[in-house]
Amino acid sequence: MKNKRQVIYARPASLIRRPMHYCEGCGHSLVHKLMAEVMDELRIRQKTIGVAPVGCAVFAYYYLKCDISEAPHGRTPAVATGIKRTRPESIVFSYQGDGDLAAIGMAETIHTANRGENITVIFMNNTVYGMTGGQMAPTTLPGQQTPTCPSGREPQTMGAPIRVCELLNTLERPYHIERVALDSVQGILRTKKALTTAFRAQMEGKGYSFVEILSPCPTYFRLSPRESMLYVKNTLSRRFPPRIFRKEGVVLNA
Amino acid sequence: MQKKKKNSNERVLITGNEALAEAAMRAGCRFYAGYPITPQNELTAYMAKNMPKRGGTFIQAESELAAINMVLGASAAGARAMTSSSSPGISLKQEGISYMAGCQLPAVIANIQRGGPGLGSIDPSQGDYFQAVKGGGHGDYRIIVLAPMSVQEMHDLTIEAFLLADRYRVPVMILADGRLGQMMEPISLHRGAPPPVPAKTWALTGADGRKPNCIRSLLVNEGELEKHNYKLQKCYGAISRREQRHELALARDCDLLVAAWGTCARIAKGAVLKARARGLKAGLFRPVTLWPFPSAPLASALRRARAALVVEMNCGQMLEDVRIASGGNAKIFFSGYPGGRVPSETDILKAICRTAAEIRRR
Repeated sequence: MKNKRQVIYARPASLIRRPMHYCEGCGHSLVHKLMAEVMDELRIRQKTIGVAPVGCAVFAYYYLKCDISEAPHGRTPAVATGIKRTRPESIVFSYQGDGDLAAIGMAETIHTANRGENITVIFMNNTVYGMTGGQMAPTTLPGQQTPTCPSGREPQTMGAPIRVCELLNTLERPYHIERVALDSVQGILRTKKALTTAFRAQMEGKGYSFVEILSPCPTYFRLSPRESMLYVKNTLSRRFPPRIFRKEGVVLNA
Repeated sequence: MQKKKKNSNERVLITGNEALAEAAMRAGCRFYAGYPITPQNELTAYMAKNMPKRGGTFIQAESELAAINMVLGASAAGARAMTSSSSPGISLKQEGISYMAGCQLPAVIANIQRGGPGLGSIDPSQGDYFQAVKGGGHGDYRIIVLAPMSVQEMHDLTIEAFLLADRYRVPVMILADGRLGQMMEPISLHRGAPPPVPAKTWALTGADGRKPNCIRSLLVNEGELEKHNYKLQKCYGAISRREQRHELALARDCDLLVAAWGTCARIAKGAVLKARARGLKAGLFRPVTLWPFPSAPLASALRRARAALVVEMNCGQMLEDVRIASGGNAKIFFSGYPGGRVPSETDILKAICRTAAEIRRR
């Protein structure tokens, strides 16, 4: 009898074969793989142009086999806007962390969403500035200790965590807004589905799609990779509930 | 803009800001992002009205930061792209300009200068010479800086700016001021084809049938950045050798060379003629490219003249480049107008007479 072995799981063609610089248990490597899978499945790699942020994912071009531009810190969606308007036929994504998207780049984030730019914004929320040493981000939880809030984030002077999906959901123009969590196998699969929905919306010219991904950062959570995922599930998800906020342009109530 | 006639002597009465915008579109610019600031608002409004009619994109951005980075993205995607602003807004754009220099992205940036520092005033000024010519943003880079002195030149040098930006893959700045931006003059519009676009094999178009392209300025591997910076310097060297532009008037027999740029050069030209009528042997040196600065022709003019009077609407910025070019071989005098005031011909004539008297006394 012939050996009829079938490939059921392989490295996605859109992922460059190269050891990743991310820490073990980091969400970026997972999401890169999911994005590569989605690009393969939607057959869009050849027309995808990404914009990489300043932060841990600054080297996204080492791993994703599509055209990629860097952007100054926080200006990622502005660069994506320039690319998309120049080449409306391409699929453009902006990949950003919490500092890039919700602190220095908040104006660009809101206004790009408000224009309803036909791009996909992928927001990696791990509540810290990973690249620079785990400092306080706009999404850092109250009480969470970081090098810039050594006694824990104190909302009275440092503000409370910003819920970006909820904020963007007040705008008229976004087409899809969704928060997912890398907290389990189901969470990872849901993340892939959200990315697929977002990219597909862009392919159909529907407009702005936004996917927030609650992501583990074992290094600055100071937890093991497994504990980090549980932290995302039990702690982060409470503060930032994963759900679809906007579907096909319609606001969904909680 | 006035109604255009289809003949070869197409003359229109137009503001400098609009002349610049019209030139950009005739040069093939198809992407513009801007943000309101006086005294360059006519430029943005002209783009808003006309860019969509020519199949291009106009975006009113949420800030100057967003505008310059939209231009960065459009340029990365292969478009001829530009933005404009005035002094405080140009300060905000410096980050993006530095990134574009690092990424070797062509673009045109117009600075219709106003008084500074800070919010300054909305009056014409030449206070941004240092910022434009000596860097502005962080890092070891240069941009080409063109200084028009008439509405016609606002138009013509913009066509040139797009040519140079694409030829060298560098940002090019048009350094004008509120006077040039807002005054109207009759001009001839560019009628030829847009400057040729070189093949942009580096542009982000989607990795279809080729390896992925990457636009970046981050080079962290050992020796990588050093190599990149030498490459940039080689390009700047080529620009410096080939692209210096200047104007000399009545300089062959002059005893006092008036050195001025932009609006000041235009007024100084009249003052020099009046000084000649009074028997003073004055001449004019006017750089058209502020970077690369035309040091060699200035140096040789100074060897003959032995004295120069630098006139600027600032406290002495090009003055430093004139001093360097003179190499100590000429006496350098300065007359500055830093408060947003434009000097009159009489102001400059008086300065010429004063300087000539002082030279005689010495």
